[in-house]
Amino acid sequence: MSALETNTMTNEPILKVEHLSMRFGGLMAINDLSFEARRGDITALIGPNGAGKTTVFNCVTGFYKPTMGMVTMTQRSGKKFLLERMPDFEITRDAKVARTFQNIRMFSGLTVLENLLVAQHNMLMRASGFTILGLLGFAGYRRATEQSIEIAKYWLEKADLLSRADDPAGDLPYGAQRRLEIARAMCTGPEFLCLDEPAAGLNPRESLALNELLRSIRQDTGTSILLIEHDMSVVMEISDHVIVLEYGQKISDGTPEEVKNDPRVIAAYLGVEDEEVEEVIEEIEEIQETEGGQGGKH
Amino acid sequence: MATTTYSKESAGGSLTARALREGFFAGLVAFGLFFLFVGLETTQNIRNELVLNQRWGLLAIFVAVAAAGRFLGVLYVQPWLAARKTAKAAVADKDVPETFLARNFSKLAILALVLMPPVAVALFGVQGSLKWVDNFGIQILIYVMLAWGLNIVVGLAGLLDLGYVAFYAVGAYSYALLSQHFGFSFWILLPLAGILAAFWGMILGFPVLRLKGDYLAIVTLAFGEIIRLVLINWTEVTKGTFGISGIPKASVFGIWSFDVGAANNFAKVFELPMSSAYYKIFLFYVILALALLTAYVTIRLRRMPIGRAWEALREDEIACRSLGINTVTTKLTAFATGAMFGGFAGSFFAVRQGFVSPESFVFLESAIILAIVVLGGMGSLVGIAVAATVMVGGTELLREMTFLKAIFGPDFTPELYRMLIFGLAMVVVMVWKPRGFVGSREPTAFLHERKAVSGSFTKEGHG
Repeated sequence: MSALETNTMTNEPILKVEHLSMRFGGLMAINDLSFEARRGDITALIGPNGAGKTTVFNCVTGFYKPTMGMVTMTQRSGKKFLLERMPDFEITRDAKVARTFQNIRMFSGLTVLENLLVAQHNMLMRASGFTILGLLGFAGYRRATEQSIEIAKYWLEKADLLSRADDPAGDLPYGAQRRLEIARAMCTGPEFLCLDEPAAGLNPRESLALNELLRSIRQDTGTSILLIEHDMSVVMEISDHVIVLEYGQKISDGTPEEVKNDPRVIAAYLGVEDEEVEEVIEEIEEIQETEGGQGGKH
Repeated sequence: MATTTYSKESAGGSLTARALREGFFAGLVAFGLFFLFVGLETTQNIRNELVLNQRWGLLAIFVAVAAAGRFLGVLYVQPWLAARKTAKAAVADKDVPETFLARNFSKLAILALVLMPPVAVALFGVQGSLKWVDNFGIQILIYVMLAWGLNIVVGLAGLLDLGYVAFYAVGAYSYALLSQHFGFSFWILLPLAGILAAFWGMILGFPVLRLKGDYLAIVTLAFGEIIRLVLINWTEVTKGTFGISGIPKASVFGIWSFDVGAANNFAKVFELPMSSAYYKIFLFYVILALALLTAYVTIRLRRMPIGRAWEALREDEIACRSLGINTVTTKLTAFATGAMFGGFAGSFFAVRQGFVSPESFVFLESAIILAIVVLGGMGSLVGIAVAATVMVGGTELLREMTFLKAIFGPDFTPELYRMLIFGLAMVVVMVWKPRGFVGSREPTAFLHERKAVSGSFTKEGHG
C-alpha cells in the first residue's frame, strides 16, 4: 500500500476501545477507558509505571478477557471484529492484530529464519493442505515455502538481520532480538501492530534504528501501530497521536505537542509542584477523615 | 569428595600420595555404602526361617574395585583427560574436516541393519542367528521406534509424557483382540492399531491441554496406569492378568505364511529346513521398516509448519499464541502423532510375542522409553537410536556376560543388576553430556548455510 493511500484513509479509526474496564480482584487496573487509534497512525500509549498500559495491550490482543467494554477492530476491507470476544490466536490469525512483548519472547532454540517461518504458520498450514498434502510432496507447498522464505528475507533485510539469519535467535544481542520480534510480528501479515516497549533497553543508536524501522513499516505496508513506550525520544519523535494513562484512566489524548503541554500529564509524570503539596496533603486528610467517619458509623 | 578440591601443594605434593589417599577414601565410602547392601544378605531357609548370610568376600571385591578405580582414576585418567582437553582446545581453532563415517553415519547404520540378518545367518547358522536377530535386533528396534515416537511429544513439542506405554498397550491389545475376534490380518490391523492409539492420544490430550510441566507429567502418568488397570480388571474382554495368548502370526502380505501347518508356509515353499528363524528375520525387516517410517515422517514433519509449530511450542507457548498458532490443535496433533507410532509398535509387539498381558505395559517401560529420549538428546533421531542401542542392547549383553560368574561366584546373575547399571549409565551420561548424546539441533530451513543450534539455546519445554 502506498503512502498516498494511507494518508487518504487517516482519520478512519482502525481500533476503537469503548468503556474498557479490567478488574483483578479488588484492583481496578483499567477503569472505563475509551480511545481510538486511526488507520495509518502511530499511536503511543504512555503513562507512569503501573498505569495499566500493558493490561490494555493484553485486553486488545486477547491475552486477558476484559471485565467490561468493547474493542472493535476494523480491517481495510471494512470487516469488523469484536476483539474482546475472540481467543488470542484468532485475533492474530483472523483480525490481523500482531503484538510483541515487554520482556522479549523469542524462540531462542530456533534460528532467526525459523522464527520468521513460524510466524507464517497459518499461511503455510493452508498451503500444505493442513500437513497432509505437504507430507505427500505436493508442489503447492514447495512454492509456498519459497514464498515464505522470501517474505522472511524481506523483513530480515528491514530489521538488518540478514547476515544472522542462520544463527539461533537466543544468540542475538538484545537490540537485535527486539528488532527480530518486530519482524516476526510483521511476518504474520498484520494490519495493526501492537508493540510493548520496543525501545526498552536499547542504546540511543539502536533507538534511532528502531524509529526508522517503525516509520518504514508504516510507510511501506500501511500497518497502523500502537505502542507503549517510556522512551520519550521515541514517542515524541514518531507518534502521531499520544494517549496518557494514569491509574487505569485516560488523563490526556492528542498530538505529542498537546500532550507535552497538558498540566495533568506534567503532574502525573513529575509529581505536583511545591506550592501544591500542602493542598494535596489537605485533600488526603479530608479523605481520611470522611473514611474514618464512615468506619465509625459501621 | 572434599579431597578432590585440595590443590597439589596442600595435598602434600606428589600425585601418587593424593591418588592413594583418594583411593582410600573411595574405599571407605564404598564400604559404608555397600556394608548393608552387599555385605549382609537375608534369605529364607527350608523351614521358612530368616537367615542372615554374610558375604564379606563380595563386599571386599566391591570395596577393592571402588578404591582401585579411584586410585587409577586420579593417577592416570584425570591427567590424561586434562592433557586431552588442552590438546583438543589447541585443535579446535582449526577447521577439522568431517570424517567419512561422521558424514554418512545414518546411511551406514541403515545399511548395516539391512545386512544384519544375512550376516548373522552366515556366521552363526539359521538357528544361531535367532539370538542376534530377535534378542538384539528386534528388541532394540522396538525401543528405537517407541523412543522416536515419544520424541515427537517430548523432544519436539516439549510435552512431558510419562504414560507413553499406554498407547503401546492400546496398539498391542487392538491387534490381539481384533485379530482373534474378527480374524483380520496384521496388515489391516497395523494401521488400525495406529489410528486407535492416535484416537486415545487425543482423548488424553483434551484434559491435559490446560496443564503444564509437573502437572502434565502426573496426569499422563495416571493415564498410563488407568489403561493398565482397565486391562487388568476388564476380564471379560482382556482376560485380565492371564493375558491374551495364541495371537495369529503375520504373513508376508498374505503370500507366504509362517504357520506350521499352512500350505503356503515360507519354509515349505522355498524347500528350506523348518525353523522359526525365518519368521524372526521377517519380523526384523518389518520393525526396521516401521522404525524407518517413523524417522522419515518425523524428518518430514519437522519441515512442515506443524513441526515448526511443535518446536516453537516447546520454546515459548505464549509467543506461539501471539503469532496466531492454535496451541490446542498443535498439542493434540503432537499427542496423536506420537501415540500413533506407539500404536504401530504395540501391534508389532503383539505379533512378535504372540501373547500380550498387562505386565508388559508397566510404568517402568514408559520410564525406560523416556530415559532413552533424554539420553539420546531430545529431538535428535540419531542420538536416540544410539541411546536405545546402548541401553537396551547393553542390558541384553549382560545376559551374555557369563565370565562375570568366574569373578563373583556361580550364584551371580548379571541381569539382576541391569537396573543398577542402567541408572549408573544415566548418571554418567548426564554428567558427561547434560544434553544427551546429540545435544545440538538441526535447523529446518536456512538461508546461507546450515549451522547446528547448540543445545544451550534450546529449551526443554514447560508442558
